[in-house]
Amino acid sequence: MDTETLERNYREIQSAVHPDRFAHLSDQERRLSMQWATRVNEAYRTLRAPLLRAAYWLQLNGIDAGMENNTAMPAEFLMEQMEWREAVEEARASRDMDELDGLHRRLRQSLNAIHAELAECIDVQQDGEAAAGVLRRALFLDKLRQEIDDALIELES
Amino acid sequence: MALLQISEPGESTAPHQHRLAVGIDLGTTNSLVATVRNSMPVVLNDLEGRALLPSIVYYKPDGGVDVGYDAQPAQASDPRNCIVSVKRFMGRGLRDVTHVETMPYDFVDSEGMVRLRTVQGVRSPVEVSAEILRVLRDRAEASLGGELTGAVITVPAYFDDAQRQATKDAARLAGINVFRLLNEPTAAAIAYGLDNAAEGVYAVYDLGGGTFDFSVLKLSRGVFEVLATSGDAALGGDDFDQRAYCWMLDTANIRFPSAKDSRRMLLKAREMKEHLTGHDEARVVMTLSTEQVVDLTLSRDTFADTTKHLVAKTLAPVRKALRDAGLQPEDVKGVVMVGGATRMPHVQRAVGEFFGQTPLTNLDPDKVVAIGAAIQANALAGNRMADEDWLLLDVIPLSLGLETMGGLVEKVIPRNSTIPIARAQEFTTFKDGQTAMAFHVVQGERELVSDCRSLARFELRGIPPMVAGAARIRVTFQVDADGLLSVSAREMTSGVEAQVQVKPSYGLSDDEIANMLQSGFDFANADMQARALSEQRVEAQRGLEAVQAALDVDSALLNAEERAAIEQTMQNVRAKMAGEDHRAIKEAVEQLNRDTTEFAARRMDQSVRRALAGQRVDTITFSKSAT
Repeated sequence: MDTETLERNYREIQSAVHPDRFAHLSDQERRLSMQWATRVNEAYRTLRAPLLRAAYWLQLNGIDAGMENNTAMPAEFLMEQMEWREAVEEARASRDMDELDGLHRRLRQSLNAIHAELAECIDVQQDGEAAAGVLRRALFLDKLRQEIDDALIELES
Repeated sequence: MALLQISEPGESTAPHQHRLAVGIDLGTTNSLVATVRNSMPVVLNDLEGRALLPSIVYYKPDGGVDVGYDAQPAQASDPRNCIVSVKRFMGRGLRDVTHVETMPYDFVDSEGMVRLRTVQGVRSPVEVSAEILRVLRDRAEASLGGELTGAVITVPAYFDDAQRQATKDAARLAGINVFRLLNEPTAAAIAYGLDNAAEGVYAVYDLGGGTFDFSVLKLSRGVFEVLATSGDAALGGDDFDQRAYCWMLDTANIRFPSAKDSRRMLLKAREMKEHLTGHDEARVVMTLSTEQVVDLTLSRDTFADTTKHLVAKTLAPVRKALRDAGLQPEDVKGVVMVGGATRMPHVQRAVGEFFGQTPLTNLDPDKVVAIGAAIQANALAGNRMADEDWLLLDVIPLSLGLETMGGLVEKVIPRNSTIPIARAQEFTTFKDGQTAMAFHVVQGERELVSDCRSLARFELRGIPPMVAGAARIRVTFQVDADGLLSVSAREMTSGVEAQVQVKPSYGLSDDEIANMLQSGFDFANADMQARALSEQRVEAQRGLEAVQAALDVDSALLNAEERAAIEQTMQNVRAKMAGEDHRAIKEAVEQLNRDTTEFAARRMDQSVRRALAGQRVDTITFSKSAT
């Protein structure tokens, strides 16, 4: 997807509907503008974030990613997950912010690699089932990233 | 200040169409008011030519109220009745306030927001802030020669819902129509960005008197998009004063200073801090009420050393915002410094080292926020020039969520979501025949409810009895462009509904505000009537102009019948405006609003269609992801 086009279109539409354009107008116009701006923000948020975008694509194509129930993962991936988790727990317990920061960065690199994999499944192979599998792994990593984030916030506060 | 050639000379709107609008920076230490005049943003001075209004309110024993410089002397002579830094108490309970022990006030720890007992009775922080706002409103109206249509009031980006609501209430109490609450760093970014035609990723480091904000923005072709914001709503220049004050106590070996001595020494501490910005050392000589003579010299290095943990404390939110935005320090093109406290050399040094570049200090850090607010107010009032095309996309600073089983928080809207935003979540009953469900709305990042701020509690009643798990209760969070939250809950199978404007646990009720307004500080009843009438006429005029403008452009969207109906309602508004009954005017305006709903919806659809013209959903593919 051409993110520049997405961004440009988003900004164009938001320019047309944003509440700031209607602040001096009637109550109706202000309310409608807020509803529209809300929808546009939601659409942009979904299309901009690779994982949400992929989930949306799967949904449009009628593929159930089974994110809640289907936790079957390759053993290798699960091992890796456990190692990540141990590293995070250790860093958290020893209040090692630099280590957490480093883990956060490495995790983001892994996520970027997964995004490329997703793009391959969806755009090139058009293989929805494979994409759903990759997406499930990606969501695992994303959850882990959030946990590191929470740990950092807790240590910093 | 060289700022903003918004339009060519002669292109400005006709004077009678120019709506008077101001930007107000309601600061912890100082407040300002600014406006856009002849296409140039200017700060409005008082009669003595001073731009700043110290945020000090003195409740005098004789029943009068002094605000600003007039109130300053009372800080030392009557500290209990002279309220400084009231912003620290906005939307806060007593246990949230730091350094209570060194404050000279008589706190009343009531349910919700803390209150202060003064010689004139108990005052809420909202009322104290309203006194400051009223002085600024009077200054603006005197200077601009007319009644204000509205104002943009700035708040720290890291203010939570309760603090925002309190600020809006204060404005209402001061008789100010609030166009928008605007985040302070965003206001600074507008002023800086438009002035310098900046493009790229910029950061704003805003260390004010009592609050710290840090925002990362992407500036691109007139769009100011906030990527992430963070901060500390209880950290600012005051804390540096406090450290210098403690250093004085320690060094001079003073144990229990009286309230007056304490206040005097704090003022001296602040003077020393400010002196150290341009000098290597600062000396203080004063005689306390105990006859003890204090004669101390504070060096810049010592001061930097005793406050270095405060500077370090600002860097944690900086790292968090960058992490949230997925950026490294070197991705930031420029760091704009805002707030008087960023004048301290060791603060500038620390920021410079973190980002590997000299921070931008070319705008007056005291005025830039008010200037940005004035520019936004001018645009929101509809005074925008033809070639002035920019847009602001801001975010919420803190996640919003609901309490779930076990005192845990379920996040509904994550922090740094672009506003306005709505998000719904479904819940179900956990007992057979359950007919009511309680909701607890919280704000914050922590997992436990007890670590987050409680915003509101409400109940959905009248759920038809069903087996456990059969009811589907959809809770919707809507955050508007001011960053204020409203929540509604609806049982989907029966349609039972409950709605709350989040009037937070720490806010004032509508009744309280109505009472405060009626008990009228400065207007007698007749004045109130006159004011209401004049406000309704302004409102009606605004409505008529809006509809007329819409008709001029888009009457093609209406058939003859519809158009005639709208024109008749407009005629009715004009007739009522000629009368003296403000309620009749209000009714007529409401009627006009109802009759133009469909027209407004068609216009909105049309503008969306235009913006979408030529775009096709199926051209969107997946790759080249944003991160």
